Amino acid sequence: MTTTDPYADARSTTEGKVFTVTGQDWDSVVAGLGEEPEERVVVNMGPQHPSTHGVLRLILELEGETVTEARCGIGYLHTGIEKNMEFRSWTQGVTFVTRMDYLSPFYNETAYCLSVERLLGIEDQIPEKANVLRVLLMELNRISSHLVCIATGGMEIGALTVMTIGFREREMTLDLFELITGLRMNHAFVRPGGVAQDLPAGALDKIREYITWMNKHLPEYAELCNANPIFKARLNDVGYLDLAGCMALGITGPTVRSTGYALDLRKSQPYCGYETYDFDVPTWDTSDSYGRFRVRLQEMWESLKIVEQCADRLEKMDGEPVMVADKKIGWPAQLAVGADGMGNSLDHIKHIMGESMEALIHHFKLVTEGFRVPAGQAYVPIESPRGEMGAHVVSDGGTKPYRVHFRDPSFANLQAMPIMCEGSQVADVIVAVASLDPVMGGVDR
Amino acid sequence: MGLEEQLPAGVLLGTVEGLLGYMRKASLWPATFGLACCAIEMMTTGAPRYDAARFGMEVFRASPRQADLMIVAGRVSQKMAPVLRQIYDQMANPKWVLAMGVCASSGGMFNNYAVVQGVDHVVPVDMYLPGCPPRPEMLLDAFLKIHDQIQHSKLGAHKLALQNEQEAAALTAAPTIEMKGLLR
Amino acid sequence: MSDSQPENLPATSAAGDAQTPGAEVIDQREGMFGVRGTGDTSGFGGLKRQVALPGGTPKPYGSWFDGAVDKLEGLAGEGAIEKVVVDRTELTLHVAREHLVSVAQHLRDDETLRFELFSGVSGVHYPQETGRELHAVYHLASITHNRRIRLEVSAPDGDAHIPSVCSVYPAADWHERETWDFFGIVFDGHPALTRIQMPDDWPGHPQRKDYPLGGIDVEYKGAVIPPPDTRRSYN
Repeated sequence: MTTTDPYADARSTTEGKVFTVTGQDWDSVVAGLGEEPEERVVVNMGPQHPSTHGVLRLILELEGETVTEARCGIGYLHTGIEKNMEFRSWTQGVTFVTRMDYLSPFYNETAYCLSVERLLGIEDQIPEKANVLRVLLMELNRISSHLVCIATGGMEIGALTVMTIGFREREMTLDLFELITGLRMNHAFVRPGGVAQDLPAGALDKIREYITWMNKHLPEYAELCNANPIFKARLNDVGYLDLAGCMALGITGPTVRSTGYALDLRKSQPYCGYETYDFDVPTWDTSDSYGRFRVRLQEMWESLKIVEQCADRLEKMDGEPVMVADKKIGWPAQLAVGADGMGNSLDHIKHIMGESMEALIHHFKLVTEGFRVPAGQAYVPIESPRGEMGAHVVSDGGTKPYRVHFRDPSFANLQAMPIMCEGSQVADVIVAVASLDPVMGGVDR
Repeated sequence: MGLEEQLPAGVLLGTVEGLLGYMRKASLWPATFGLACCAIEMMTTGAPRYDAARFGMEVFRASPRQADLMIVAGRVSQKMAPVLRQIYDQMANPKWVLAMGVCASSGGMFNNYAVVQGVDHVVPVDMYLPGCPPRPEMLLDAFLKIHDQIQHSKLGAHKLALQNEQEAAALTAAPTIEMKGLLR
Repeated sequence: MSDSQPENLPATSAAGDAQTPGAEVIDQREGMFGVRGTGDTSGFGGLKRQVALPGGTPKPYGSWFDGAVDKLEGLAGEGAIEKVVVDRTELTLHVAREHLVSVAQHLRDDETLRFELFSGVSGVHYPQETGRELHAVYHLASITHNRRIRLEVSAPDGDAHIPSVCSVYPAADWHERETWDFFGIVFDGHPALTRIQMPDDWPGHPQRKDYPLGGIDVEYKGAVIPPPDTRRSYN
């Protein structure tokens, strides 16, 4: 029946004749079945599908519209980042990890840097301002990540307005990132020992403006969605997973908080000084997609609260260092944008190039060779927008990581897809996957 | 392989080329081929602030059969490459490919076992867009440039002549390693 | 059973390796920038550096570690825990592979231990450690007691089998598949141990140390830059 299409033909397997169909007329497919008695429809959703959050492949066995069995196929974005890092210095590793889960780059960087700092034994030498900056960027990042989750989740169920306003607010967040780090995405801003650069002039005002903007516009999501009958009909009781299921499958993040359990590493095992901030851990008690949506919405408000506290603290910290004082680790360049819009501080260049041979050698060695990290292993988990994220970092005492493995929450959470989807309608699969918010860059790395 | 391809070379074909190019460039429908970080920037381009609708390109088609332009947005892994080729094969002619970001263009920083070192190993690429990820403005600029390319694309006999010319030039071209001069 | 490594070498390296007493030397690096053997006048060929990982820690371990380790040793029996390493405030238990499942079961079920959240498996390949080349590193978390623990299990390269903990922690499913995919560790008893990240027909296990990075040369006008794993580098 489909002999002309090289991608779609019939073949015999141990389980009977298998037909691969790629979008012809259904009648011709049924005609091609002949008198085969058994009919088992397996639908491949993805890896290129607009509603699967990137290159996720869902393998669904259908009976009518009901999903009887569901499995995930992943690995379509496997990038070999972990292996690549083994051939780069510790500082260069940040540039790689930031591209893993591309919606929460600051979390990847911080998880990696916290582990490296624990290996270096400098955890308590990180300057206060660097910690505040990390918290500020991470919480802004949580807002932008949740916005994309809600936006794309809305788009996938057909609510395009949610997508357009979601990206509108995300742009405001990205403008802040660009102002502070120089890049919209993939920042590589958090470095072992601190952060790359101090806040630029005028950044605090922009942060205040941003808070005002968000206070005005965040309620729109609640107005659009919270009581919207269509939205609720699509999300209520879809993708149900209770606390026992979450624990068994190692699920963390908004999914576990939607079961009513306030599991949050920022509270239970604080890092970067989170214990000194005032915020709540929102929960919901329905264990379904709607609950996860409400948890995310509420978390954005809590993040905004933390951003505000960070801004207050940064106001009093003008001129404080943002990199560890140990010159054997801290990046030597005192970065400052020159008149040409790029480059380092001229004073620093004058010092290393003209005045001190030792400073030049030190700069050269630290940049080309990098610092050595004492042998051992460390794992410092942090609470990313999707759950527990941690880097298992192994050092052999050299200038390069011996092994870096990321425990990415998207990867662990996606294991819950079959249990959430089996027995539901095909349309609910989309909602359930969107409520897990897997980012394939993090899943596949 | 429509009627326009059968026209003899000359003024008539040139006129048809101009007309067709104008039509095609004004309603270029991209296929969604979001892979990684660049896909987010591609979505941002379609969102209100950058608004790809100004160039008639807001209709991202989920079905490759309805799309004219494949924007390969992100790193292509070895596992994804056959899928990418299948999507490309399913698109109807005429079709264009835009490699968005350095990973799709050349493998970028991921020079390793898992990533295809440039999507041009798998499908012919019409436009390379550098950046990691490129800003939405850069993507819009690439849109305009590919529009320009489509406006001036050849048909039928003209296309054949151009292809022959390009192939002859490619056969005598020096490999990169043997080139002299500045790195550009 | 906690102090069984054959040689306890003092810290010799200038880089500050092996600061923990009883560090375990697993490898020795020589030279730098690929400089080897005779004819070397650079001086880099004479560099020697020992690779020493933190070794076993003697009791007491401090914090809640003593109680938990004692409890677990009582439950799991003699020989289950090969070595206890307390390093940088993290507790690592080296577990004999044949005892892994029962240790995991006790860690999960005993109410004074109660490590109910499985955080993942990470493979590490130490090609120089003869007889225990492949390590699987498990991270567990106790939400009840707010603790974390790390289990390390090793297997020789020739017999890369480790029992699966899927029956105890269903969350281990994908993590073990990933470790199989990247390191070739066979998790016995896993329900469907297939490749997860790489294509099904991929040869080899790419994140092992003996697997090349697989990069290609990057050509410029008149110059070639090799992939990072074949360049000269600091080691």
